Amino acid sequence: MEKNKIDTSFEQCMKCTVCTVYCPVVAVNPNYPGPKQAGPDGERYRLKNPLFYDEALDLCLNCKRCEVACPSNVKIGDIIQSARLKYGNNKPKLRDYILANTDIMGSLATTMAPVVNFTLGLKPVKAVMDGVLAVDHHRTFPKYAGQKFETWFKRHALKKQEAYERKVSYFHGCYANYNHPKLAKDFVKIMNAIGYGVNLLEKEKCCGVALISNGFKDQATRQAELNLGSIRKAVARGEKVLTTSSTCTFTMRDEYEHILGLHNEDVRDSINLATKFIYELVDAGQVKLVFKDDYTRRIAYHTPCHMEKLGWAIYSTSMLKMIPGVDFVMLDSQCCGIAGTYGFKKEHYNDSQKIGQNLFRQIHDYAVDMVATDCETCKWQIEMSAGVTVENPISIIADALDVEATIKANRK
Amino acid sequence: MKFDTIIIGGGLAGLTAGIDLSRKGQRCLIVSSGQSALHFFSGSLELCSLDEDPFKAISSLGEDHPYTKIGYDNIIRYSEAVQPWFKEVGIDFVGEHGKNHWRITPLGGFKRAWLTLDEYANIPSDGTMPWKKVALLNIDGFLDFHTSYIAAGLAERGVETMVKGISMPELDRLRENPTEMRSTNIAKTFAGDLIGALAARINEYAKDVDAVLMPAVVGLTGSTDVHRLKEMVVRPLHFLPTLPPSVPGIRIQMMLKNRFQKLGGTYMLGDSVVSGEFENGRLKSICTNNHGAVKFEADNFILATGNFFSKGLTSTVDGVREPIFGLDVDSLEVRAEWYRRNMFEAQPYMNFGVSTDGCLRAMKDRKPVENLYAAGSVLSGCNSLKEGSGAGVAIISALHVSESILKK
Repeated sequence: MEKNKIDTSFEQCMKCTVCTVYCPVVAVNPNYPGPKQAGPDGERYRLKNPLFYDEALDLCLNCKRCEVACPSNVKIGDIIQSARLKYGNNKPKLRDYILANTDIMGSLATTMAPVVNFTLGLKPVKAVMDGVLAVDHHRTFPKYAGQKFETWFKRHALKKQEAYERKVSYFHGCYANYNHPKLAKDFVKIMNAIGYGVNLLEKEKCCGVALISNGFKDQATRQAELNLGSIRKAVARGEKVLTTSSTCTFTMRDEYEHILGLHNEDVRDSINLATKFIYELVDAGQVKLVFKDDYTRRIAYHTPCHMEKLGWAIYSTSMLKMIPGVDFVMLDSQCCGIAGTYGFKKEHYNDSQKIGQNLFRQIHDYAVDMVATDCETCKWQIEMSAGVTVENPISIIADALDVEATIKANRK
Repeated sequence: MKFDTIIIGGGLAGLTAGIDLSRKGQRCLIVSSGQSALHFFSGSLELCSLDEDPFKAISSLGEDHPYTKIGYDNIIRYSEAVQPWFKEVGIDFVGEHGKNHWRITPLGGFKRAWLTLDEYANIPSDGTMPWKKVALLNIDGFLDFHTSYIAAGLAERGVETMVKGISMPELDRLRENPTEMRSTNIAKTFAGDLIGALAARINEYAKDVDAVLMPAVVGLTGSTDVHRLKEMVVRPLHFLPTLPPSVPGIRIQMMLKNRFQKLGGTYMLGDSVVSGEFENGRLKSICTNNHGAVKFEADNFILATGNFFSKGLTSTVDGVREPIFGLDVDSLEVRAEWYRRNMFEAQPYMNFGVSTDGCLRAMKDRKPVENLYAAGSVLSGCNSLKEGSGAGVAIISALHVSESILKK
């Protein structure tokens, strides 16, 4: 009976090797067996005997570009991630625990933000982290904020939300909460301007993407269940759950089911990226955005891997193109190389930078004022490696928005 | 979200239609579920290979054939535009308009072709071999190119071959992993600064021969490196096709896609159309897997989803279906009649495809859908493998459909 439960979707693979053409890792590291070999081909062996598991699968950065390219709809990336969790023998290290536990690290760091930010920038500290923890010393750490977004929201914004009849829930994610509360504040600013109140979820934990990629499946599952519980309550209130991170969105919509095996189909359609939600309102004529006359920027959009997989870049780019003063440039869709915690690890740092080379060069050639992208780790990578400011489209829209005029235009 | 034309399928047919319509001012969307058959491109376009004269061959095809529906005069007109059309995108094809030449297959066979990439070997239509002695080179460890078959094919035609393997230290890292010793990975290495070193290695064997033949493993992202290499090699250098994936095919796919996007087109990769909303004999909107409830509306739609390989058609024990809209399909009812026992005979299932009217509008419940056209290998009535007509039908039907839409 157990036999019938084996997922044999890998049988759809017809060995065309198109996936390997688009794998960013294969292009820079020959030790990686490539998505076809690591995924559907290897799976057949692993089902025979787990000893066939190859530790080189740790080199996969879970970008899912193999799945986007596959003409036969094989879930190559999912097969590889699941195999890593099921058969991987490399016990996660202390370093992996620190990188993956964004909530614990974020809570500790925000309370002592100036000290932490200063310390993480110090050369001797970087050297120790490199030597002891194998966190590459070239890496610039994202700064922690002095006050969490949640704290700010409860003190300064919560009461005001009662005035709005229509409401959405906001899954802010770790980055907007601990590192960059401005993004979350920008989101609240836009939603309020178009006549929507914002609720936080009853409880929120990190979406778990870093836990999954570092091998902490049980903890990821616990956090996913907690998030899904809160999301269900919001959906029951009739609210959509919006995010400002493509990876959080992708993880909760797809990885919860495909990798963690959780049921999320009842709320999946309600988990939405903010730019998609707002675009649909504007497209349907239900909401109007009014932009400042004096906002002018040359902006390039970078498509994060998980945004490519979602297929939703069109919403963020369409929103940016709505701003009259934006001179818009579309970058080729390719991996920036960081893949969450992957690029922080000493053993992956060189591959990570090599993978991003073409992207960094293209950004440089286009001579833009800033890059827009929906993923926080892409932002760190591009800011560090291409030396250009990177913002979430929501922050760019918020900066370009004429708030008073928008409020007036949407008043009923 | 509203477009002028939505094209389902992002391969040769879909991109041809998309570029043509965008160039003439239309706002187009292409939805492509994964990469296309261009990744298996041979390096040559076939129009119709049943005769030395492709147009003579076309005029002898049956009345259900897409070419016959498009009409002889139209095909002449569209075909004259193909070479300049590709040139504008940056892809150079050579060939006589009214005469097929010969191309060399990866297994050393000779097949008729209409247009061949200028970097590839091609043999004149009368079969005279342009060389007496060639150097046939392979990359050491590259398993998707079989010199002994090719040498045998050349020997049959009186060409003496000198088979040599090329090895370069830069390829050692690739050779560590035999499964990844692929044409595309080699092409990623053979680029930029390494072209000079590669030319030097090739020249070691080029002195006493009329030409050098080697697998198409240069020029993944553009043809600059191809031209540089050709200039540096002391004898004429010609590429031969490898087993898939096809380096020039991927380059063409990318260049066509870039061209389409530069013209303002939207290309959504890795997404599939799951349903359509029909009203009064018209297709009103479609929904896709990635976009859930979002409706993509358009005045016209083109179905360019390909054949069984790319799931433009699916087959079960009960029959053959067009899986997105349930359009009418021309096929045979008795399953036993789908196949011939001899694999090399013309297989009847190859002719299966979506039914269309004279204007290539798709039929649903025996009535044409007013604004839904079909193009490329999803069309019924042709056996592209036996006729040598795959690329031709894709390009010509796409241009025809595009013209019909613009004439409305």
